[in-house]
Amino acid sequence: MSKSTNVEQEKSPDRANRKTGAEAVVASLEEMGVTIIFGVQGGAIMPVYDALYDSKMKHVTMGHEQGAVHAADAYGIVSGQPGVCIATSGPGATNLITGLADAIMDSDPVLALTGQVPTDFVGKDAFQECDTIGITTPVTKANFFATESGTVGDLVSLAFLLAREGRQGPTLVDLPKDVTVGVSDWEYKNPKLPDHIEIPNSAEIKEVEAAANALVSAKKPVILAGGGVIKGNASEELYRFATEYKIPVVTTMPGIGSFPEDHELALKPAGMHGTGYANMALTHCDVMLAIGTRFDDRLTGGVDTFAPTANIIHIDIDPAEISKNIHADYELVGNAATVIDQLHKVMSAEPEAEEWLKQVQTWKQEYSMEYGERESNGKPRPQYIVEELCKATPSNTIVTTGVGQHQMWAMLYWTYKEPRTWVSSHGLGTMGYGLPAAIGARFAASEDQKVVCIDGDGSFLMTLQELSVAVREELDITVVVLNNAGIGMVRQWQDAFYGHRRMASEYPWVPDFSKIADAFGAKGFLLENVEDVESIIKEAIEYKGPSVIDARIDPAENVFPMVPSGGANGLFALTEEHLEEL
Amino acid sequence: MGEKSKGLKGPRPSERPHPSERRNRQGIRIEPGSSGDLQNRLATFSALVKHEPGVLAKVSGLFSRRQFNIESLTVGPTENENNARITLVVDENDTGIAQVKKQLAKLFPVIAVKELSENAIARELCLIKIEKGNGFEDLKDLIEKKGMEIIDTSEDVVTVEIRGGQKDIEDMIVMFDQFGIKEIARTGTVALERGSKKTT
Repeated sequence: MSKSTNVEQEKSPDRANRKTGAEAVVASLEEMGVTIIFGVQGGAIMPVYDALYDSKMKHVTMGHEQGAVHAADAYGIVSGQPGVCIATSGPGATNLITGLADAIMDSDPVLALTGQVPTDFVGKDAFQECDTIGITTPVTKANFFATESGTVGDLVSLAFLLAREGRQGPTLVDLPKDVTVGVSDWEYKNPKLPDHIEIPNSAEIKEVEAAANALVSAKKPVILAGGGVIKGNASEELYRFATEYKIPVVTTMPGIGSFPEDHELALKPAGMHGTGYANMALTHCDVMLAIGTRFDDRLTGGVDTFAPTANIIHIDIDPAEISKNIHADYELVGNAATVIDQLHKVMSAEPEAEEWLKQVQTWKQEYSMEYGERESNGKPRPQYIVEELCKATPSNTIVTTGVGQHQMWAMLYWTYKEPRTWVSSHGLGTMGYGLPAAIGARFAASEDQKVVCIDGDGSFLMTLQELSVAVREELDITVVVLNNAGIGMVRQWQDAFYGHRRMASEYPWVPDFSKIADAFGAKGFLLENVEDVESIIKEAIEYKGPSVIDARIDPAENVFPMVPSGGANGLFALTEEHLEEL
Repeated sequence: MGEKSKGLKGPRPSERPHPSERRNRQGIRIEPGSSGDLQNRLATFSALVKHEPGVLAKVSGLFSRRQFNIESLTVGPTENENNARITLVVDENDTGIAQVKKQLAKLFPVIAVKELSENAIARELCLIKIEKGNGFEDLKDLIEKKGMEIIDTSEDVVTVEIRGGQKDIEDMIVMFDQFGIKEIARTGTVALERGSKKTT
């Protein structure tokens, strides 16, 4: 060990009140209000961990750095404050990449701190060295290479601020070991955004008035509520606006929970696996008020056929999202809550849309999500399991998911009523997100909230090691693995578009997840019969601690409705036969 | 193949009403039957950035990952030692040009970015190495006539310096082609707004 990392020497009396860079990093986090960090130890980050030894912040040791960044991401979604994760240099940093890419796609607030080899070794291919700044530039909102012990604390608070303010997203500070070990007279000061960074709040009033006029004269208005409604804490403003002017509300996937799904005006999510009625409403509307959405291709389907008769009013805090994918006829750059209120103030009347409202209700009947029988080939159906889970838990329950068929069933058959209760991987589609996300969400949730992870067998197998963390930390979470012994969504696509050639999508054997749970020290349940669904769910939810239900479902189950990739939203398939028409 | 999945009830896609209107690839509503394709044009941007390591990588990385068509990129110091100026010429349609500006502005080290007016002063420097060969007298006449300068001479080649707008340089390259061009180095465009108008 080199002299400079000798802790005893560094803590000698002549150091007096001077702080090491690592101590400045930790003090800065504490001052910013951070109470919990998710991370994994390692060589180059040891000075920071040593400083954490004396901190009142909680550190959760995760099984893998990917788990740390997903947990921080979910913590950020649920709390609204950046989730903090920490990893060492080299493999520690590269293991964060998937989670950072996930966070930037979904605008989730995350601060990542990475160890780095000492500055003199940078560029020499040193042990556990990688170009963390170079690798993370495309997947962070901003990243910084710390160069001085005397400023590293300020860099950390600035990165935290940047992750939280404006359009949220991940930021990263790379911490070379000599910088964290070196001492200085640094003292905390409140971070300030640089002058050139302006965060839009209210939109231009002329554009707001023009947009309001368009809405007032609409015959077929619809609101498309995106993740920006939740990130911008605008759910109450949205509720007041939509209910006062009687405008139906479709959400995007990240927008789930922004408007209560049991409301008459709620149409649930649109898009590739959105509800039929949401997709019909988007396809036929004449004015769309889109709030905090980036018009992802899974939402729009083919751009050519997306809401082809609609004038689009687009509210977004990030001007770069306006007219990026779908042209906005009215550009309202600003904070979602502020701009909805601005619109609310200048609306002169409710749109005359009785016919449209009737039509929307007809579509809700015509394209009902009613799935029929509770079992399929002698096995409980996933739709039924999700509905029962929803029934067995309070409405403020947080649902996390992996990615695939189970995620779509969790989206379609649970009734979301509150913001920040749906925690999923949307833009990046990261399998394995669900379990670490449940851990992060659990720490951010209030005590009266339940946390349920609805997972698939494929997704669960990708980050399974984090179950050890849930047990060690005695976390009250319930994982429900909708186990169809394969990568179901890929298998569904192979059947639909690749002539049933099921390459690498079916598992010839899957482990018994209930036994895995028991071996980890969690409580395992095997669910095979439809009669046991209610009772096993009840027992697992009531269990104080991590529980895992291995729910064996029919591998032949498919997700419907379905819009083929690049297809027209209004031409969704409700059955496999419908797909043949498209 | 396993059992058929059950699916949901409801009208078939062909039984549903469906609008015939369309959008173009930029998501703009278009007249029926028209392709609605937008024309590309050249746009010059000036970006004032922090003068620190890695800025150029962040800007060029943005261009490659968002598939913006870049004609030229130059970077150099400014009147303020803390800042550098990047001049970019891009070939995009109006949607792409708006995106270039907004995405650049989002990068943390970018302080300001502006699309320059069509009449902005834009200049480039080109060094061109030409064979002496048989037509050397004609070459010298041409260089003199065009007010250019030979800045290096050797037994078999001369190196000529050309300054001007992008088009001036391209025209000269065409003229020199007959004499046998050995090598070319170009700086790419630098530009400032004309008169007292501020660039960024």
